[in-house]
Amino acid sequence: MSDVLLSVENLRSSYGRIEALHGVSLEVRRGEIVTLVGGNGAGKTTLMRAISGVQPVTAGLIRFKGEAIGRVDAHRRVALGIAQVPEGRQVFAPLSVADNLRLGAWSRKDEGVAADIEDIYRQFPVLREKRDLQAGGLSGGQQQMLALGRALMAKPELILLDEPSMGLAPILVEQIFEAIAGLKARGITVLLVEQNAMQALAIADRGYVIETGTITHSGEGRALLDDPKVRGAYLGV
Amino acid sequence: MAEFLQFAFSGLTVGAVYALVALGFTLIYNASDVINFAQGEFVMLGGMATVFLSLAGVPVPLAALIAVAATTVVGLALYKLAIDPARGASAVTLIIITIGASIFLRGVASIVFDKRFHSLPHWFGDRPLTVAGASVLPQSLVVLAGALVIVVLLWAFFERTLFGKAVLATAANRVAAKLSGIDTGFVVGFSFAVSAAIGAVAGVLVTPITLTSFDVGTLLALKGFAAAMLGGMGHPVGAVVGGLVVGLLEAFGAGYISSQYKDAMAFIVILAVLFAMPNGLFGRTRIERV
Repeated sequence: MSDVLLSVENLRSSYGRIEALHGVSLEVRRGEIVTLVGGNGAGKTTLMRAISGVQPVTAGLIRFKGEAIGRVDAHRRVALGIAQVPEGRQVFAPLSVADNLRLGAWSRKDEGVAADIEDIYRQFPVLREKRDLQAGGLSGGQQQMLALGRALMAKPELILLDEPSMGLAPILVEQIFEAIAGLKARGITVLLVEQNAMQALAIADRGYVIETGTITHSGEGRALLDDPKVRGAYLGV
Repeated sequence: MAEFLQFAFSGLTVGAVYALVALGFTLIYNASDVINFAQGEFVMLGGMATVFLSLAGVPVPLAALIAVAATTVVGLALYKLAIDPARGASAVTLIIITIGASIFLRGVASIVFDKRFHSLPHWFGDRPLTVAGASVLPQSLVVLAGALVIVVLLWAFFERTLFGKAVLATAANRVAAKLSGIDTGFVVGFSFAVSAAIGAVAGVLVTPITLTSFDVGTLLALKGFAAAMLGGMGHPVGAVVGGLVVGLLEAFGAGYISSQYKDAMAFIVILAVLFAMPNGLFGRTRIERV
């Protein structure tokens, strides 16, 4: 369990002159679910985007499987084994559900794509029903499943989930969290960002709290849930 | 009636060329949000390079192939040398860069080639066919058939190939495309190359009828732009329909009103679209759930 898959060291990133991450460090070990909680504007999404390569970094290191990947293009990081489900799902709206899934496997060279699409359909039967429809017409929950399915099609070792429960009805939130727990069972490492801190920490092995671009607390998921300061600030109790 | 048909045939012929220019606009716009005002220069280069290669003794079909290939390289170079280095600049900045590229290409063409008008031999002779009293040049049919072939090839590319879907995905959501492992820079470069090739083919097809010179690109770009706007910017079917409509308006305007207003038609179309329906004929607001 101590095998570090992703490590972020002193990462800084800015939007123009405004720095959003002031030297963030964290670690994700192979097989873990790690949750990052924090308020709006704390830098959660910026950190996720920096790890996947679509947000420029001004200083610091990102290591994946021991290799520094800070200079690797975003699209090549997918081939290395990092897939992100972006905030707000971002499915390819005019394309069909099936095409969205096929494009998720864009960087793969193997023959197993069709079988893996079947696998996604088994996991989310509603996607099979709507496979030939435009992704933009799906409901929010269905789009979230599709975005998750698309990321899984890349066969990632590490999956970055940015607010997967945002804007969903409670019953769908339940389903999404079950699916996330299922990822761990399949050996996929998860870095999860959530406003829904209570549930996200409950399924996490470890967690980090980020405030205005700096990590302020870290620890086991359960321990953070019980920490009075974290509870007061992020769990609303 | 014969007169009407006569105007319709000539309108469809130039309209097919505008449609190809508008398709070039559409491809690049979808992949990169850039409106490439050097699109007309691709048409000029296709025609002029074929003319000068054939003057140098290269058989016309081979000259046309080389001209299209060379124009494709110019399109790629435009992306690599002018657009890609300005990555992250606003769309307006990039559009101004393409205007600069258009002026540059025109200038280079006036030096490398010359400033006179040139023509190419008609493919199947220049004896007109008579259809219901109207006369049609066989070359007009070649232009229409060529445009049709290009449209069908593009349709097949987008509908039937995964790379075509990757281009559409990049157009729909560039960040998500990168996150799916698609090399979006390559996709944009590819779009410039294909647009250049389409423009060059249009130039090769139409030069026997309309002649060509170093500066035909400017008006072609404006008319193709009017066509793309009329169809709805970014909409391939709209680009084709818009091109044919602009061509027909021009021919009927010249025939029934005055040939002096021929070139004004495209501008009237641009103004009418901006006033009455900024989204164009096909560019309806998309319904999207979030």
